Amino acid sequence: MVWPHRNLLTLEELTSDEINLILDTAAAFEDVSTRSVKKVPALRGRVVVNLFFEDSTRTRTSFTLAAQRLSADVIDFTAKASSLSKGESLRDTVRNIEAMGIDVIVCRHSSSGANHLIAKNTKCCVINAGDGRHEHPTQGLLDIYTIRKAKGRIDGLKVAIVGDVGNSRVARSNLHGLLKLGAEVTFVGPTTMVPGAFAKMGARVVHDFDSVIGEFDVINMLRIQMERLGSNVFPSLGEYTRLFGLTNERMKRARQDVLVMHPGPINRGVEMAGDVADGGRSVILEQVTNGLAVRMAVMFLCTQALGAG
Amino acid sequence: MVKNSNLIIRSGRVVDPSRNLDQIADVTVVDGRIESINPVDGRASAPESSAPGRIEIDATGLIVCPGLIDIHVHLREPGNEDEETIGSGSAAAVAGGFTSIACMPNTQPAIDNEAMVEFVLRQAARSGLCNVFPIGAITKGRQGLELAEMGHMVRAGAVAFTDDGCGVANSNTMLRALQYAKMFDVPLIQHCEDADLASGGCMNAGLTATRLGLPGLSPLAEEVMLQRDLLLAESTGTAYHAAHISTAGAVRMIREARRRGIRVTAEVCPHHLLLTERDIGDYDTNFKMNPPLRTERDVEACREGVADGTIDCLVTDHAPHGADEKAFDFQTAPFGIVGLETALPLFIRALIETRLLDWPGLIERLSCLPSKLLKLGRGTLAPGAIADITIIDPAEEWVISPSEFLSRSRNTPFGGWQVRGRATQTIVAGRVSFDRHSGVASGEPSVGVR
Ligand SMILES: [Zn+2]
Repeated sequence: MVWPHRNLLTLEELTSDEINLILDTAAAFEDVSTRSVKKVPALRGRVVVNLFFEDSTRTRTSFTLAAQRLSADVIDFTAKASSLSKGESLRDTVRNIEAMGIDVIVCRHSSSGANHLIAKNTKCCVINAGDGRHEHPTQGLLDIYTIRKAKGRIDGLKVAIVGDVGNSRVARSNLHGLLKLGAEVTFVGPTTMVPGAFAKMGARVVHDFDSVIGEFDVINMLRIQMERLGSNVFPSLGEYTRLFGLTNERMKRARQDVLVMHPGPINRGVEMAGDVADGGRSVILEQVTNGLAVRMAVMFLCTQALGAG
Repeated sequence: MVKNSNLIIRSGRVVDPSRNLDQIADVTVVDGRIESINPVDGRASAPESSAPGRIEIDATGLIVCPGLIDIHVHLREPGNEDEETIGSGSAAAVAGGFTSIACMPNTQPAIDNEAMVEFVLRQAARSGLCNVFPIGAITKGRQGLELAEMGHMVRAGAVAFTDDGCGVANSNTMLRALQYAKMFDVPLIQHCEDADLASGGCMNAGLTATRLGLPGLSPLAEEVMLQRDLLLAESTGTAYHAAHISTAGAVRMIREARRRGIRVTAEVCPHHLLLTERDIGDYDTNFKMNPPLRTERDVEACREGVADGTIDCLVTDHAPHGADEKAFDFQTAPFGIVGLETALPLFIRALIETRLLDWPGLIERLSCLPSKLLKLGRGTLAPGAIADITIIDPAEEWVISPSEFLSRSRNTPFGGWQVRGRATQTIVAGRVSFDRHSGVASGEPSVGVR
């Protein structure tokens, strides 16, 4: 099939065929990282800008490396949200960047939908590196890629996503992608963090981790945002860990072949015990490695849609 | 001051709910007041010799009704004249068929004292296009703490009080405001929103917000404050008006409160009768307003509320914003849409085309009841009344085109809509302020305030 999209804004808008095409392309790119010359010329002459309105060293580094391995030039544009308060709108920022001859904009922004706004105002490829609490499609793809590699399939798997699902862009992207590929998704967390509305989006919603922990092929633990403490979505870290943390004790009741995932960075001892993060069921570091291949695939496919440039 | 000494509107369908009138008739205006309404029975009414300065309008096939009144309009002056002025807002009003508008005090600075009320009236008189009735703030600077000088403002011409833009959070302040306002017998208008429950929200809390990852504005924020206010209003007996109601629960509460005899009235905007949260699509900021677009169930309940009279008034919540501001991302962009030039066909679509209301029912809620609520002395074609008249072509089909708005702002989610029904002439105190063919009359002093 031919990849039809110039932008990657969400996994919600992709078909299962399109998701599989990204995963297959990523597989083809994966061995580039193991060669002595870690480069292919796919994006030679193209310019990628990392437009990050929100700090994230990990995601930015991953995109930068991915672009470099495709032989693109990479520019970092760390725009603090303060440029908006100075009166320069997001639209103006993007037009200025575009005027510098950019091909791909990789954007992270604290507002949901910011990438949609950018895409409407530019002819560049726009790749969503996380918008507010909406989606983080490349994270979703790398999670799905990691699962597929470890389990050999997605169809029929039971996947738990645990934590502050309501505020998580990772959870939404995983949900859309996994459902399309035939997995069953269960959101687990306190009622203040997992709204019932997710049931209408196809997820199972559970508030008692212990009653279901033995069912899952994959457990994806979300990071707890420490700044949420005091906003009354949970009373204390201790209570959170006791109810929803992936402790050693809880791991004993999980399936023997369960895959443990986390988008990082981990609050060790809060959402996950250190032993579990470093243990034999954890694929957390593989997720980071796979992120490179997936991001290469996404940038490669989207720029195809730009045509000869 | 030049007034048309004589104006005759011939052969229109005269709809005046204030007097249960709905018949083909000629309307004669002399010296800015209604002189007579003469039914046309089969043959043409007596041709009169044309007096100098007489204007004749042929209203065959058109509706002639008391001038439309919008009691919820933001004019942005003073403070944000790039978005709207009292003059440009008045021009938009008459183009939409409104002869009177009441303007909200959330300007910068706020309309919270006598001098500010007088300023609004003076600017309105300068543009001379329609009646502008100022609404004063309940509290100084709209801070929700100390009562503003309501007595002074009433004396200067304020017709009601509100801190619109936000609700009065402090229960004691609201109770005192209700007690105090009762002295002047002017209504308190509340923007029902509990700030804590609403905090950070930018669209209706629910499935679509969950899907889009946008922070939600819970319907509870509206309903909790409304319920509190109903208890307070019941205890004081003051006239209380709930602004821009948007939830099924709010409609139900008002219906029940009325049944209990509480002096409560309510209003609804066209967008809450026609659009749902799902219309936000890919984060289109022209669909961002407060209260936000709700669900189909809420739309249904609001429509029923209008049909059964629970909701008395139809308003626009005309809220102009510059294109630059609306170009921000959805969370950052300001709330609000313009409404004066699109309201009439949208209400026709929501209420007449669905057969929830007939024409007298619509005119009642767009003119008679709003006038009664704020004691404006308009909303009637009774002989001797000030001749504020709107002539409507109920059949004209047209496409809403924001670039043609007379408002200074273009922020509407209805651009491109194919609609039916439009004001052809807007007559204020006997003077044609707007004519669909020749446009807005040049500003001229002046229209009386009361
Ligand atoms: Zn309001």
